[in-house]
Amino acid sequence: MDDLSLENMSTQYYDVLKEIGNIGAGNATTALAQMLQCKVDMKVPQVKLLDFGEVGALMGGEEQIMAGIYLCVEGDITGSIMFLLKKDAAKHLVAKLMGMELPGDDLDEIGTSALKEIGNIITGAYLNSLSTLTNLKIYPSVPDLTIDMAGAILSVPAIEFGTLGDKILLIQTQFTDDCELDGFFILVPDLESYGKILGALGIM
Amino acid sequence: MSECIKVGMADLKVCISPDSVTTLGLGSCVGIAIRDPITKIGGLAHVMLPDSGAIRNNTNVYKFADTGIVELVNQMEKAGAKRNRMVAKIAGGAQMFSFQNKTDLVRVGDRNVEASKKTLKELGIPILAEDTGLNFGRTVIFYPETGDYVIRAVGKEERVI
Repeated sequence: MDDLSLENMSTQYYDVLKEIGNIGAGNATTALAQMLQCKVDMKVPQVKLLDFGEVGALMGGEEQIMAGIYLCVEGDITGSIMFLLKKDAAKHLVAKLMGMELPGDDLDEIGTSALKEIGNIITGAYLNSLSTLTNLKIYPSVPDLTIDMAGAILSVPAIEFGTLGDKILLIQTQFTDDCELDGFFILVPDLESYGKILGALGIM
Repeated sequence: MSECIKVGMADLKVCISPDSVTTLGLGSCVGIAIRDPITKIGGLAHVMLPDSGAIRNNTNVYKFADTGIVELVNQMEKAGAKRNRMVAKIAGGAQMFSFQNKTDLVRVGDRNVEASKKTLKELGIPILAEDTGLNFGRTVIFYPETGDYVIRAVGKEERVI
């Protein structure tokens, strides 16, 4: 297991992650639909292994203002998970959840709190499916939210991936309610946890 | 025409005035800008982690404060800059979230800043100014002509250090 790295990952492993991403994002979409009480469609998520430099570009540039919800994972596997979406998309979701248009450009305290809850539910649904699929215990921590430049937010998971290699593993999901929302999941398990996930799925 | 050269994450670039170097959206990473005021040769390194010795997979020297700064100084010397004239400014090292897990990664921003300072000290390069820590991302532009290090953050006024 020691030489496991993201760079020399097999296609089978890649497919497994894609499938976990798919199911997780599917659950997250259902949770979102329930919360917003409207129909939410989802496109097949894309799993991408990217160089650090490419991630910012995918999200519309390093200076694109994003909302990032970040939480730690404990239990049988340890690591962290991040859910990112563009600030406009975040505002749209919050407005919808609260049933009113939001004044001004920034989210107020209630808006921020609502967004944290959205993030909590979406990441929770995602982790739940991972837990069910692998039969591993996964406990998420209380989420934290920050709104800042994409590059700055991404430096957090990039640094965690940076201890393993030079790439970052990203799951891109597109939600559609009445407008299209791009969401990004970044799951950063520890090196041993990768092995545990794969082992639990019977890959290794 | 002057050019503004972009430095990515875990990357570094050297330039000569009137060109400038920039890196976008520094979070917990640190941007170390070094300049030789006589030759007007400058460089910017965007490092992610403090210590190359603490990690097994450490082939990318640009990624770490200790090896990245040494590499930047080497490349600047190759371009004609003199070590004994070099001066530095640093920015970044924010803590983007109020908690971050895994004890060794806690406060990685602070540790990046500390490691950068330590390496610069070992190389005998004085630090003229810094804008580090706190909890927001920074975009930085460094002009080797004047030594100005321009810092932009969301919802804040532009700063020059």
